Amino acid sequence: MKAHESRSYMLNMGPAHPAMHGVIRLLLMLEGEHVLDAEAEIGYLHRAFEKHAENDPWNNVVPWTDRLNYVSPLINNSGYCMAVEKLAGIAIPERAQYLRVISSEVSRITDHLTCVGANAMELGSFTAFLYLLQAREELYRCVDRLTGARVTTSYTRVGGVKGDMPADWPDMVRKAFEKVRSTVKDADGLLTKNRIFVDRTRGTGVLSKEKALAYGITGPMLRSAGVPYDVRRAQPYLVYDRLDFEVPVGETGDNYDRYLVRLAEIDQSMRIVEQCFAQIPAGPIQSPDQALPGSKMSDLGKRGMTADLLKAKADVDPTLEGGARCGRDSVMAPVPDATLPPKEETYGSIEGLMRHFEIIMWGRGITPPAGEAYQAVEGGNGELGFHVVSDGRDRAWRVRVRPPCFFNMAGLHELLKGALVADIIATFGSINMIAGELDR
Amino acid sequence: MSLELSSVKADLDAFCGAPLAARGTGFDTVWTVPAAQAHGALERLKSRHGFNMLADLTCVDLQGFGKETGAPSPAPAGARFKLVYRLSALDPATGLLNARLALDAWVDGDAGPVSAGDLFPCADWLEREVWDMFGVSFSDRPDITRILMYPEFVGHPLRKDYPIKKRQPLIGPPDGPPRERLTEADLRPRIVE
Repeated sequence: MKAHESRSYMLNMGPAHPAMHGVIRLLLMLEGEHVLDAEAEIGYLHRAFEKHAENDPWNNVVPWTDRLNYVSPLINNSGYCMAVEKLAGIAIPERAQYLRVISSEVSRITDHLTCVGANAMELGSFTAFLYLLQAREELYRCVDRLTGARVTTSYTRVGGVKGDMPADWPDMVRKAFEKVRSTVKDADGLLTKNRIFVDRTRGTGVLSKEKALAYGITGPMLRSAGVPYDVRRAQPYLVYDRLDFEVPVGETGDNYDRYLVRLAEIDQSMRIVEQCFAQIPAGPIQSPDQALPGSKMSDLGKRGMTADLLKAKADVDPTLEGGARCGRDSVMAPVPDATLPPKEETYGSIEGLMRHFEIIMWGRGITPPAGEAYQAVEGGNGELGFHVVSDGRDRAWRVRVRPPCFFNMAGLHELLKGALVADIIATFGSINMIAGELDR
Repeated sequence: MSLELSSVKADLDAFCGAPLAARGTGFDTVWTVPAAQAHGALERLKSRHGFNMLADLTCVDLQGFGKETGAPSPAPAGARFKLVYRLSALDPATGLLNARLALDAWVDGDAGPVSAGDLFPCADWLEREVWDMFGVSFSDRPDITRILMYPEFVGHPLRKDYPIKKRQPLIGPPDGPPRERLTEADLRPRIVE
């Protein structure tokens, strides 16, 4: 009889593997089903974000930030613009700050819904995935109504946001939240006590506090390990210091805790948005009889008939036409050398026209003073930082993104060592790697 | 409990043998350390002052800085690359930040300091990225590998003298030379006898 033979072998997982969330390659050293060592190979989605950001004017970089973490683009938009504003010393209006917080939190919910859903699907619960994505779709519709796009939002500008929210938007979001709440409850019922789900996630992919800190891991992963670090709390930005929210923490840092932390954070984000709707300062006071359909307002503006338009309110329809006009001063800082004037001024006065072109023309534009600034925001996966350097031109000298995923992935092998091959799926899903942000 | 940065600074000044240039306040404090002493400074900050997280490590290429605008370059004579170590002193119990600090280190040519991987394991990947994008090497990592670009890539794309429109040949078949452009014959599946 042949003696039992044991030897280790190498296995490639990815880059084109259905559970590899985009493109990433794991090199595994296995012995039977046990993972002896693992190494992640990244870079398959590198699109030179940082190089592009050095070669185009400040505001033109905003659309590229959508493509960093593409499940929570609004957080990237805000983070980038806040870094530039910090450098240029621009204070944005309060209403714009609230709008940034609201949009960021809606994005955080979509991020967590995607992560929890995809994770559940990979562990065999397709139903939970479909339910959660249905709820996400409701939120995407809200984002679409606010920004004009579901994913490629480009909502912020240096100095504020693109446009005010439509009047019916808070109700739309509240309604979507009802759906999210009931879906999270369903998912909770389907997963939290589900024997298969618990068996696959409890005690797998354990990350200790010390390891997490050593690898610079932040966000839900660090919180699930028991460290309640949240940039919104530790270094409050925008209006987070006025809002009441909790920072959920886990105990063991395993996949199950990460799932629970994300579910709890969805709830907290909804609380934040609801508080913001209660606190947000009113836009400009306009009498309803002055409301004009947005399309008509655009037409009048383009024909130069702008005398009365500055006081009028645009009635924004789902095409968002006129949406960037109404109440512009309440969502954009009135900084002549950094923000565009309302279109009525551009079309109606020579000063407005000049101010418009001073910002739009190649080589003019926004010119922050030479220097550098770092702004951190709490992204869906942790601390998302933007380090911008300027030499006084209309474009950045250097933009560095601190992608939270990068640090999660750098520590991934620690979570996989000693695990089974099947655990890789659960662990990899729960760290929520987003290739767009990881590879930039 | 927040950390008193002035006493930390006094300690680092003593370690480096000269007062460090400082700018910024609060969480935006930046100190400039000599690259040769960067590792020692990081070690001190970690072991004595509770900076337990390397939040980021990146590089800035200052070649031609301010050429168009006349802004004075912060680079000392002959230096081109600046490494930025961003540290956090995080209280694991409360999750609050005791302090935040960035260390600037001017690199001599493109020969960088000793790797910080022994202090902060995440520095491994961050240094690979700095090498990949800027070509700044770390003296005890002679066989450092690229991380975002592919191994056959020539040059370091985030250097200021790397043109944004530069194209590199596609990697050809393993048995032939690299190709500038794919031809139809490349796209057709090859029948292996």
